[in-house]
Amino acid sequence: MMNADLRRERAAATFQPELLTHILDGGADRTRRRKELEALVINDPDFQHEDLNFLSRSQRYEQAIRKSSLMVMKLREYGIADPEEIYWFKSFVHRGRPEPLDLHLGMFLPTLLTQATPEQQDRFFMPAWNLEIIGTYAQTEMGHGTHLRGLETTATYDPATQEFILNSPTVTSIKWWPGGLGKTSNHAIVLAQLYTQGQCKGLHAFIVPIRQLGTHEPLPGITVGDIGPKFGYDEMDNGYLKMDNFRIPRENMLMKYAQVEPDGTYVKPLSDKLTYGTMVFIRSLIVGDSARSLSRACTIAIRYSAVRHQSELKPGEPEPQILDYQTQQYKLFPLLATAYAFHFVGAYIKDTYRRISGDINEGDLSELPELHALTAGLKAFTSWAANAGIEECRMACGGHGYSRCSGIPDIYVTFTPSCTYEGENTVMMLQTARFLVKSYTQVSSGQRVTGMVSYLNDLSRQRIQPQHVAARTVTVRLNDPVSLVEAYKARAAWFVEAAAKNLEAELHRRSKEDAWNKTSVDLVQASEAHCHYVIVKLFTAKLAEISNAAVRAVLTELCLLYALYGISKNTGDFLQAGILTDAQITQVKQRVKELLAVIRPNAVALVDSFDFHDIHLGSVLGRYDGNVYENMFEWAKKSPLNKTEVHESFHKHLKPMQAKL
Amino acid sequence: VPAYSQGSALGGVNPDLASERQTPSFSVEKLTALLDGGEENTRIRRAVVEAIESDPVFSRENQYFQSQNEKYEAAVRKAVHLQKKMHEMGWTENGPEFKYIYRALSGEVAFLLHTVFMRSISVLGSDKQITKWIPLATQYQLIGSYAQTELGHGTYLQGLETTAVFDIATQEFILNTPKISAMKWWPGDMGRSATHAVVFAQLDIQGKCYGVHPFIVQIRSLWDHSLCPGITAGDIGPKMNFDHIDNGYLMLQNVRVPRENMLSKFCEVQPDGTYVRRGSQQINYFTMTALRVALISHEAVIPLMKACTIAIRYSVVRRQSKLKPGEEEAKILDFQTQQEKLLPHVAAAYAFHFINNYLEDLFNRGYEEIQRENFDMLPELHAFSSGFKAMVTQYCASAVEACLRACGGHGYSLLSGLPSLCTRILASCIYEGENTILFLQTARFLIKCFMAASAGHPVPPSVTYLAAVKPGKCPAKNKFDFLSPDTYTEAYQHAAVRLISSTAAKLQDLIQSGVKKHDAWNECTVQLVQAVKAHCHYITVKNFAETVERLETKGGIQRIMKHLCDLFALHGIFSNAGVFLHDGYISGAQMDMVTASYLDLLAVIRKDAVPLVDAFDFTDKTLNSALGSYDGQVYQRLYEWAQKSPTNTQMNPAYERYLKPLLHKKLSKL
Repeated sequence: MMNADLRRERAAATFQPELLTHILDGGADRTRRRKELEALVINDPDFQHEDLNFLSRSQRYEQAIRKSSLMVMKLREYGIADPEEIYWFKSFVHRGRPEPLDLHLGMFLPTLLTQATPEQQDRFFMPAWNLEIIGTYAQTEMGHGTHLRGLETTATYDPATQEFILNSPTVTSIKWWPGGLGKTSNHAIVLAQLYTQGQCKGLHAFIVPIRQLGTHEPLPGITVGDIGPKFGYDEMDNGYLKMDNFRIPRENMLMKYAQVEPDGTYVKPLSDKLTYGTMVFIRSLIVGDSARSLSRACTIAIRYSAVRHQSELKPGEPEPQILDYQTQQYKLFPLLATAYAFHFVGAYIKDTYRRISGDINEGDLSELPELHALTAGLKAFTSWAANAGIEECRMACGGHGYSRCSGIPDIYVTFTPSCTYEGENTVMMLQTARFLVKSYTQVSSGQRVTGMVSYLNDLSRQRIQPQHVAARTVTVRLNDPVSLVEAYKARAAWFVEAAAKNLEAELHRRSKEDAWNKTSVDLVQASEAHCHYVIVKLFTAKLAEISNAAVRAVLTELCLLYALYGISKNTGDFLQAGILTDAQITQVKQRVKELLAVIRPNAVALVDSFDFHDIHLGSVLGRYDGNVYENMFEWAKKSPLNKTEVHESFHKHLKPMQAKL
Repeated sequence: VPAYSQGSALGGVNPDLASERQTPSFSVEKLTALLDGGEENTRIRRAVVEAIESDPVFSRENQYFQSQNEKYEAAVRKAVHLQKKMHEMGWTENGPEFKYIYRALSGEVAFLLHTVFMRSISVLGSDKQITKWIPLATQYQLIGSYAQTELGHGTYLQGLETTAVFDIATQEFILNTPKISAMKWWPGDMGRSATHAVVFAQLDIQGKCYGVHPFIVQIRSLWDHSLCPGITAGDIGPKMNFDHIDNGYLMLQNVRVPRENMLSKFCEVQPDGTYVRRGSQQINYFTMTALRVALISHEAVIPLMKACTIAIRYSVVRRQSKLKPGEEEAKILDFQTQQEKLLPHVAAAYAFHFINNYLEDLFNRGYEEIQRENFDMLPELHAFSSGFKAMVTQYCASAVEACLRACGGHGYSLLSGLPSLCTRILASCIYEGENTILFLQTARFLIKCFMAASAGHPVPPSVTYLAAVKPGKCPAKNKFDFLSPDTYTEAYQHAAVRLISSTAAKLQDLIQSGVKKHDAWNECTVQLVQAVKAHCHYITVKNFAETVERLETKGGIQRIMKHLCDLFALHGIFSNAGVFLHDGYISGAQMDMVTASYLDLLAVIRKDAVPLVDAFDFTDKTLNSALGSYDGQVYQRLYEWAQKSPTNTQMNPAYERYLKPLLHKKLSKL
């Protein structure tokens, strides 16, 4: 039986959710295939287990390992080989959560493929493919993260024995955080400073066995373990690794590019831009992940807001659905629009990467710097926004959002590290800023720039005119997404120019590095404005591709809401840059509230379109059938504190006290 | 185990942290005394903290490795031991030590709802009821809880569905949970501990409903703790935090309690079923609002101070990337972006500490008035408590999270102490009134006062500024003018008045154009919330500036507090630029001056960052953080603590069962 409120909501929708699902998946056939894979997992008794919320960390790790082992076997049994299909299958098996083999599958194997010599591939790849070798990727150290050159682990070449001697010379150099390192892996690709013939040659990768094959005991000279509990990631054994004069053969350095010859002669690699490719790829995955995690939280919060009734809107009438309150719509619908925006941005980056990866393999790297700069910024922008958005969704569910049965706490703790890993967000924003400032400098010196920054070309033309860019009036039509893209473009240009000029002014006073640091708050703002513009632009561009009129209509409303809400939250920028007037700002705010009411009837259908299976969603509040309260009660009864009617604390503590007092 | 990680001999204070403490611009000890409200208070607080922390029963050492069951048991053990400790130390509930106990325990103790249970009886019960129940509760002959919230109903009390039907024949009330959404859900101490609860239910006498009333209901046997007949109760399952509290559910099926168990100071059901109402409930109203003020310090400001302490200390120990080529990697606190992430929150912690002092004074005065049966201050007190509870908890919750994220990867480790601060403070945005609803309650008060002020009627002192609406422009000429409290306080005042008056005007317009009152209200709520935040922000800035004015100039205290006040105020303008630019009160050029002054301040306060958090005076045991300890031996501590994790001290159960068959090619047997 479906909850009556949700049934009414679904009947009132103005479009067919399946059509929108097809757009999100990239075609009806992709949706069909996704659902096939989902059914394979959901109907498989091997992948069933107790609610993870009631398990200890150790039990969760064990379940994850169990499922991972089966997953690898079944992927091969079913012949699933397409990377996207593997990603889906894995995410259904693990319900969107991390698992201990992530690093083996996602980093160890790919690194072997791209950086190992043919001889090394023969030696390591098949055993690793068959899971006799389970590996991880040990880069981050306790004292060193995003700034790779600061890593302290050393690998010193000994020509006498033709071995590398690996050492963790200080406590800060202990490898810390790599997933699967603590308890699962028997090998690791270790990044270390290479020393040969008395000279440091910088960071290189080494294949290091860490546990004895057979007994799984740590090898002599290796100290390895789990780094303890975290905010989330319970099923992952993030680990530490300390090496004391640990020797590996010369052939264990990954030598496809750089090499150390038997006598210790170092041979330099040809180009180091190639590593960009992998980073772009992984950061593009995070953009997609931001969209999916926020979509899950929105699905839960919006369905629950349609089921939950509270207080009075009109005296004497029954308590209304909380989704009818303007404040609730204002909390949730901009996030819903954001989730859609990020979906399209994620798809765009993935397509662009796919398009140019052919060029990369043929050595054409011309488009890579811009894509690299763009994905760094978008990774930061979307993960920050999704992180805050998930939390807002949780708060929008009131007290029950705080219970783990809502599923949102889990989404949050799983997602939030993406603000830090694969490049800390502030650092990412500053990388994008470097590219923006560089482009601005090119334009100033008369060169033209292309791609997403081409709007900077217009700045040079204005400079001929006496007035400052801010004085330029843009005619903004508030109901036209294309016109709003122009407003965001003007804001980005304004910020980039302001940051570049401030940097210029600082450069007269101090060193390059100090000037950069003294301008970095401005630079981050410029990057944010640039990313915001790109997102509004990509969302708007997507609308033209949609053939179904009803779907296009509802997505246009969401796109308008996304763009106008962004303006209303950053009115200072648009006012100060002279892009919008006070009167227009008032209209923007009014229009945002009108759009809330327009979107309201389609809210549930819009989250249904994300098409999360209940098992994948993992939320009592967000169930498709809306039977929230009955199932909360059923769920709570399974809590470990309820295992016995009278808790042992009663006999140990309460009763003796009562007797004494 | 390597030599550098043995025992507590971690090698003294990390030089990177020691150098930060060498030349503070002010006396740290004096600032601590200021925060405590005098040296004597500092002495008492330290003595209480010392007594608690030196007692192994109160240890929090293994907290990050414990299961829900273990945490619950530890909280019960501590609560029981605390009774003994208080007796031993001669601490009493009315003594000066009492308020520091909770701080010393970091709130990780059971039976907090027992106190609420007792207070509700004291406030809502008749003298006879107080005489009967309070001694039993004081001696822990019973353990109480407070069962108000239901599965389907929270902040809106009239919506509760639990029923209490009076049966004249037996002189009893029959309590029932008529449907699933009426089940009591969330009350602390109720899942496993409580024997009694004050249950709120709709009173029904001969078919007529008289609204929600409190009843004392026994739920567990005093002898063997088994559930009483008709009672279904248990734990509601894992939450984001508060693992140590057994938040519970409670279902009642024809549970009978005697007529005397309805708390009857204000209303009584007589034996013949006559319903009598007496006296004013306003004092009860006051208790609820006072509770909101009481939580600001413990549940929001102190956690923010802890998070700032951890993040700032870690930021001078952590080195990352190079600021200048050829030099050592820089302390991350030397990066402007890191300063901008953290220093405004340090300023906010001080701002909120002072606003909390202000609110406490106001409530003490209010209480004296109420004792004299003068209820004039109540609406203002209610508006204050709602607005500031919502504003401070909301700000602190996001600030604590910002501190977590400012610590990079290590912030995400439970051992940093930040995740647990973060998940705990999040709950404060909901309990004792969901924040959006509280903002809107304050909004009602502000709109009412604005209307009254416009019509020339008198209004309470905190809102008289609403009557003095004067259009104008910010007079600042250069960036230094924005370091004048008058300049920024007026800007805040202007913004608050503009937001309140424009929303009030819109509300009026809507009503005059024929929109029904409640619909018009709902259409204005988003703007109303914004207006209330501006109001509270204004009061906070004003109070901070006035507090600085009164400080003694000795010991450099006034100077550093002035910097923090400026930073707090300018941060607010910088991050809400649109609000101030909107009607041109601050011009674009002036906004650039705000930004310049704001960024200048970061560099100034940076020098005192560590002394400013040292002044909060948290012991290492209180912080319980591998990143935030006083000695800054961050990495050694992380390594040492991680080794104590059960994942390292116990056998790996997955190896024999799953990994071994996997590695040895026996997958088919899985």
